[in-house]
Order: sequence, then C-alpha cells, then structure tokens
Amino acid sequence: MTYPIRLKTPLSDQDVEKLKIGDRVFISGIIYTGRDAAHKRLFDLLKEGKDLPFDIQGQIIYYVGPTPAKPGQALGSAGPTTSYRMDAYSPTLMARGLKGMIGKGMRSDAVKEAMKKHKVVYFAATGGAGALLAKRVKKAEVVAYEDLGPEAIQKLEVEDLPVIVVNDVRGNDLYVEGMKKYRTSPVSPAY
Amino acid sequence: MREVNVRLITEKVRNLCMEANTDLGEDVLQAFDRAIEKEESPLGVEILKELKENARIAKEEKVPICQDTGFAVIFLEIGQEVHLVGGDLREAIFEGVRQGYRDGYLRNSVCHPFTRANTGDNTPAIIHTDIVPGEKVKIQVAPKGGGSENMSRVVMLTPSDGVDGMKRFVVQRVKESGSNPCPPTIVGVGIGGTFEEAALLAKKSLLRPLGSKNPDPELDRLEAEILQEINRLGIGPQGLGGRTTSLAVHIRMMPCHIASFPLAVNIQCHAQRHKEAVI
Repeated sequence: MTYPIRLKTPLSDQDVEKLKIGDRVFISGIIYTGRDAAHKRLFDLLKEGKDLPFDIQGQIIYYVGPTPAKPGQALGSAGPTTSYRMDAYSPTLMARGLKGMIGKGMRSDAVKEAMKKHKVVYFAATGGAGALLAKRVKKAEVVAYEDLGPEAIQKLEVEDLPVIVVNDVRGNDLYVEGMKKYRTSPVSPAY
Repeated sequence: MREVNVRLITEKVRNLCMEANTDLGEDVLQAFDRAIEKEESPLGVEILKELKENARIAKEEKVPICQDTGFAVIFLEIGQEVHLVGGDLREAIFEGVRQGYRDGYLRNSVCHPFTRANTGDNTPAIIHTDIVPGEKVKIQVAPKGGGSENMSRVVMLTPSDGVDGMKRFVVQRVKESGSNPCPPTIVGVGIGGTFEEAALLAKKSLLRPLGSKNPDPELDRLEAEILQEINRLGIGPQGLGGRTTSLAVHIRMMPCHIASFPLAVNIQCHAQRHKEAVI
C-alpha cells in the first residue's frame, strides 16, 4: 500500500479504475487549481452552455489558495483547502470530463455517486504540508480569473506531487474505513 | 518608569509574524516523534513524517509551513513601569502585521464578513493585553488558521453536567470535527470565568509548550484522560485513520458564576505556530 503509484495527467478511465483507497500516488504533469469562487464561475458557464477557459477532459483540479511565490519559487506554500465547499459544483465538472480532484476532507454522497458514475478519483494531499507540496510545483501560470487573486485558476506543472487515494471509483471512502479500523471502545462509562 | 518607542514593537511584530509562519517549535517536532513511535497506522506514520519534513523545508528555506498563514493574534504583557511613546500602540502593531505579511510573502486572509472583500494587508489583528508588574514588554504572536478555528466552540454547560459532561463535550467536539481541523490537533480547553473569558482561557492554553505538565495535578490528570479518549476515536493523522488524533489536551480553569459552567474548546491544528520576544 505504501509504494507510490506514478500517474501522469491527463488521466484515462483505465488510470483511475486501478486505484484503490489508501494507495499512495505521485502525480506528474499538468493540474489546475481552483476553489470556491472559480468553481462557481465554471459551474455557471456550464449551466449557460458556454465553454470552459481550459479543456477539462482527463484533468485534475487541486483545491488550493497558495501564499504569494517568493523569488525563485514557481508557487508559494500550497497545501489543500477543505473540499466539501466545492461539493455543489463537482458533479457538473465530472460530467464534463474532470477525472481527478485533490483536496482534504470528506465529500458528500452526491459527489461520491458522481465519482462512481463518471469514473473519477478523489485524492487527499496532506493538510498543512504547504512548503513540501510547493516544492513539487515546477511551473505555475494563471490561465483564468486573474481578478480573483489567490483564487485564480492556475495551470501547474507538477513532478511527483504526493497524494493518497481517498475515494475510488467503486464508492469506497478512506475517511470512513480508516476511522472504523482504528477506533477502540471507550475507557469510561462517561462516553 | 521606562520609555519604549512603539516603533520597536512594530519591528518585533513584523519579525515574529514571519518567524512564527516558518519555524515550527521544537516541542511540536518532538511531539511528532513521540506520535510516530506510538502510531499503529502505517499511513498515519507516513503522514507524520511528511509533516516533519515539511517543517524542515519551511525552516530551511524560510517559506510558510502552511498556505493558511492565519489571522494575526497577538498577546501583550506590558509592565506597569513602561511608558509607551512614539505613536498609537494598536496602529504600531497593525503596521508590524502589515509589514510581516508583505515581507514574509504570507497570505492575506482577512475579509469583510458579509461581502468577503479582502482587507488586503491581513489587518486588523487581534490584540490581547495584560498589564503586569515590571518594566518589560512581552509580545507573543500566534497566527491562527481558519480550518481549526472553525471547529472551535463555546458552550454554557449546566453545573449539573459536571466534569463528565465537560469531558463528553470535548471528546464529542473532536469527533464531530473529523478531518476538518487537520489532525493531529492540539485541543485547548477553557473552563470557568464568563462566556468570553472561557474562550480566551482556551486560546491561551494553546500557548503552553507541548509535552509540559499542567501545574494543577487534577487538571493534569483530566488532560491525560481526555487525550486518551480522543485517541480512541480512530480519526488519526489527516482523518485517514490511526491512533494519533490529538497530540495534547491543555486545560486552563478559573472560578465561575454559581449558576454557570462555561466551557470553551479551541482546536489547534498540528501547525501550532507561536513566537515571542521581550523588549
């Protein structure tokens, strides 16, 4: 379980079908950033039947709002933000070809159902490992919504970005399975 | 009577904002090591090691530990013999935060509650001031991220809820928080006082070094019991399962009203950031 599976974007159905919850994955290639405000705009575009500012087929979106880059850095500290805030928008993006999402925290049942239906995988990056994750970003370029500042959509070129599979295409959830496995009964009758 | 120019305070606050965001305390790193020894989940151990490595990179390269560089929370202890000159203290502190967040390439994370428009410079800051005997000025900067803060609560328990009720509430809070506050967490508990004082006690309890004992033997025992219960939940590092859900529980308590039993739980993520300086 702990040996890393190396994946290169864009992802295909075959790429995601072989992933199991708990798999350690190193992602390389292009990924796109996006969080609250950008998701709302992308969602509205799709609802209006318009094109997205980038080709989403096979792509991965990383939920992140980084610190400003220091001279010499491609991107500032870049750990994940909590994913559930994007739940309302994700199924629509998945229907359009989004193949992977990176964030942290449990997703809704609707999102998990959409992942099964459209064959999409949800990865967790380690919350708070902002400096370590930033080092895996080789290039960063704003491709949409510059006015949103840290919330702009950026195209990142990453090399061996370390993530863990949390939701696979079969509906399994590591947040649920993990806690079940390591929970022990309480000491005191107070609980 | 000793004069201290507030420009000195601006300079210290600037430096402390930057240092707190890049240099994780030795006590936290040692707490990670103790957790690695005891953690039974292989994935949990990997995550703890990743957090240690992250802290090393942040310190060496002077980049923020986490992208959420927090709301600036400042604790001041001003000696009674000190006369502050050279300007408005509050403004001097805000200027220190402004400079620190600019020069340290930190993120501006403060906005209007309704419109969500960013204030652009990470001010205002929160300032807690105590006047103490002496002629020194002690400044502690403890930037607080939003994720863990959102999982915190203040509750007015009923006196009849008792110690068991207090323990139940704290454990339940950690359980309901799940992966949201980036476990492993440090749980600050404030008991007694009034509604707002309980919250401040909880926040201040987070400043105590990890691994230190509570000077009150009863509270020390309660801290250990609650921590043990929390770590039975199985939430683990990053909520992915394991025995290390929290690294410590710290309690501060003071007397309260005869009709009340105030309780505050301030959750802190593993990036427990605080630095201090004395003028």
